[in-house]
Amino acid sequence: MKIIVAIKQVPDRDAQVRIDSSGKWIEESDIQYALNEPDAYALEEALQLKEKHGGEVVVLSAGPERVGTTIRETLAKGADRAISIACDDLGNRDALGVARLLAAAIRPENPDLILTGLQSEDLGLGQTGVIVAELLGLPHATLILHVEKSDSGLIVKRELEEGWFQTVELPTPAVLTMQSGGNKLRYATLMGIKRAKTKEVRQLVAADLGAESAPVVALEKVTLPQRQKSTQILTGTPKEAAAALVEKLKFEVRVL
Amino acid sequence: MSGILVVLESREGRIRGIGWEALAAGQLLGAQLSMLVGAAVLGADTEFLAAEATARVTGAVIRVEHPMLAQYTADGFKLALQQLIEKEGPAYVVLPHTYQVRDFAPALAARMGQVLVSDVVAIADGPVFTRQLLQGRLNGVYRPAGAGPCFVSVQAGAFRNAWSAEKHEGSSELCQGTTSVVPQIPQCEAGALAPGGSVSTAISVFAPTIDPAQIRTKPGEPFRAGAQTVDLGSAQLIVSVGRGIKEQDNIPLVQELATALGAELAASRPICDIGWLPMERQVGSSGQTVSPKLYLAVGISGAIQHLVGMKGSQCIVAINKDPDAPIFEVADYGIVGDLFEVVPALTEAVKAAKG
Repeated sequence: MKIIVAIKQVPDRDAQVRIDSSGKWIEESDIQYALNEPDAYALEEALQLKEKHGGEVVVLSAGPERVGTTIRETLAKGADRAISIACDDLGNRDALGVARLLAAAIRPENPDLILTGLQSEDLGLGQTGVIVAELLGLPHATLILHVEKSDSGLIVKRELEEGWFQTVELPTPAVLTMQSGGNKLRYATLMGIKRAKTKEVRQLVAADLGAESAPVVALEKVTLPQRQKSTQILTGTPKEAAAALVEKLKFEVRVL
Repeated sequence: MSGILVVLESREGRIRGIGWEALAAGQLLGAQLSMLVGAAVLGADTEFLAAEATARVTGAVIRVEHPMLAQYTADGFKLALQQLIEKEGPAYVVLPHTYQVRDFAPALAARMGQVLVSDVVAIADGPVFTRQLLQGRLNGVYRPAGAGPCFVSVQAGAFRNAWSAEKHEGSSELCQGTTSVVPQIPQCEAGALAPGGSVSTAISVFAPTIDPAQIRTKPGEPFRAGAQTVDLGSAQLIVSVGRGIKEQDNIPLVQELATALGAELAASRPICDIGWLPMERQVGSSGQTVSPKLYLAVGISGAIQHLVGMKGSQCIVAINKDPDAPIFEVADYGIVGDLFEVVPALTEAVKAAKG
């Protein structure tokens, strides 16, 4: 099975974000970046499918130069090779624009399966995989926890709301967006890190892919969210704060 | 119909609450733009759904009916709605941001050269749409630039107030779609929801063309994983733990606090994903929705998916080292500090208070 895993590099979860001078995005220079967590689960599922059924795992990502670090990380975990789309204006493209880039890079590869995380931790649009499927004319399923190969295609476990699940059968080639938690994520081994250095990373340039980039929907500005409640912050040493909270729980919330 | 088309979502033959919230958002938009608001219900037999919808929808209600829509598939819904939208030509299509909508709406929009503005929490003049970024740490304001129908999905809870404010104007529980009573509409209360009682909600049927061969996926019946032994929904007090706990070995620290308070222990998704606590203790959009008297969040940053499941709690207390964590936006009381110092101190203080 030839599997393409589309991944995204996103600001690290603990990064302190500041709005930049344009007011349209965050200050990027002083933050750490990491692999989008749902994409890490997509990669893990791909690696496990390859271990069971053989084949190839190809990682695909678009973004500025810094994305190379995250791509190396996925190669160290076991992906066979990667395709990197150099794109400095990723943030100006909407979900359709980004999906067009990815679809253009996927088309000549003719994979059996395309996996990606269900959403990114930065924009949280949750659409890229579904749109890629639409652009490639492939069936898709979202919020997938588990993938099994069947005679005619795939049987997948899909998460529904409020603790419900369903299985979905679909033919290949197909696109699946992966939910987190289906597998235990692996770490890169020292050997893996060494090997990653010699693995192929094919460089593409966004402009060469012929994908339209004019957005249908534009992010006009970013703002700090307004507090929905006036939070009373209890200060002091841990002991003092704890004592103050117990007072509140006893006399105001009345649960003690 | 130009104007606004709201796609109502149903489950087990009833329109879901979040469907009404999407309608409230659609009506907000309709008031802003002076546009009519109609709604669509989809299925193999939509008579009851349409009757339920007429009680609240001021514009036309369209029954999108086809045997292939009996069970949800992305292909079926995509085909049916594309044909409907091409025929009706709405300026806006408003949907609830459910797992189902996330499954088909991005593809539907893309198919029509559009982009879904997903998970919207506010609508302002323009119109511009606000959605959350970076797990709720920032808001982003989006403006549709293109021509053609604009697709918008709204977050669960974001327009609930708009919905319930309107709900209280209605006089009969029967017509609100949240009770389990079979709706006896349109005769009963259709006029009560529209000032002046001038409602003449038209119901029409739209039969899309769907070839069974176009449905490529085969969905199974929904099931639950194993027996649910924890009912967080009825718990009065909940202590919930998130990534801040760092290691599985630290879980007992929070368990002790829960025990001292007499509270149930719950967790955010990452903790259950790693297997430190069972999935059935998960609070959030993919887990349980809770509204206890006290929700004490320990080391939980407050991602959108988590907040959706707990922000209806009567009192929310957050303990977190990051003063900018989104959890503080919904908290009544907060302690900014190291949970490994604060939690043991709190456990001791609770024990002492309880004597």
